[in-house]
Amino acid sequence: MELSKGNAEIQVGIADYKVASSPHRLITLGLGSCVGVALYDPVAKVGGLLHIMLPDSTQFNNVTKPAKFADTGIPLMIEEIKRKGGNPSRLTAKLAGGAQMFSGLDEKFVLNIGQRNAAMAREILSRLGIRILAEELGGNRGRTMIFDTSNGQVTIRTIGSPIKVI
Amino acid sequence: MAGNRVLTETHMDVLKEIGNIGLGNAATALATMVNKRIDMAVPQSRFLSLEEVMNLIGGLEEVVSCVSLRLDGDVPGQILFIFNLESTFNLVDMLMGMEKGTTRELDEMGESVVKEIGNVLTGSFLSAISSMTGLTMIPTVPMFATDMLGAVLSASLVAGGYVEEHILTIETLLFENQEQIKGHFFLFTDQGSLQTLFNSLGLTL
Repeated sequence: MELSKGNAEIQVGIADYKVASSPHRLITLGLGSCVGVALYDPVAKVGGLLHIMLPDSTQFNNVTKPAKFADTGIPLMIEEIKRKGGNPSRLTAKLAGGAQMFSGLDEKFVLNIGQRNAAMAREILSRLGIRILAEELGGNRGRTMIFDTSNGQVTIRTIGSPIKVI
Repeated sequence: MAGNRVLTETHMDVLKEIGNIGLGNAATALATMVNKRIDMAVPQSRFLSLEEVMNLIGGLEEVVSCVSLRLDGDVPGQILFIFNLESTFNLVDMLMGMEKGTTRELDEMGESVVKEIGNVLTGSFLSAISSMTGLTMIPTVPMFATDMLGAVLSASLVAGGYVEEHILTIETLLFENQEQIKGHFFLFTDQGSLQTLFNSLGLTL
């Protein structure tokens, strides 16, 4: 748990995003079917971490929180990275989350949101020409994602497994 | 669920009372199962953000077990029971007639024990509400997850379609007085189902 200590760590809530520059670390806790998207400009050492809940904002009439959705959240965060000195053409991505948390699931009840979140995040990134360097998606475990803007490393914490760096 | 923001204090009181009557019955059922006295906190009925719902339970990375049941019938919705890990193990020991501390991880058997608890509590909750309102509510087969609170709760609410900024949350805590069992009960109702519920009690929305 020593990873969550240190005063340079900025927490990103659900359906939210934060942008920071080196040496700050961005952290989002307990991703289940949600997907965490880390975008990084290695030259400016500016990065953003987004915690999306749902794939597609066009399915909803009244979108008050664009960071909740993959299709609106990713472009929104890129704008903020730009404002903080990052260059969109240099951005690379790392993804985590999109798990299927519950067992004994009724298929039509869930429609596997985790999978759809992951697929939409990939699609939006490819549309924007952002390369995905690494991902830790699917499965059935919750994940905590810690993004180090000094080197672009993403550390994944899961219950009952060793820490993994991608 | 924004359309339901017209709820008055009377409506909220009625929802609390529904929580009270239903959970009172469920607490008795749990007490009978584990042969211990089970108390409950005063049920609350509020519009909460996902983060506020989580704060009621604990930290986002706290390991919990969660039984989730979908409700079909006149009042579509979702019921969740969330127990911390210690309570989960204690419940399995109590129900399997094992010495406290025997269960240290959940195998398939343990998982079905917890699901069955969810089943029985939901059944007794619903039967109390049904006899009060005359409405039919049918729970689906329980689903189960044990992992970080944030992951489990968000996945469950998103799957149930509760993705608004503020969700109407009917909530209470069930506990055994030596803290061997501590579990949160949640009822979330689908849009439109509240109308049916209030109408059955002679209230309009």
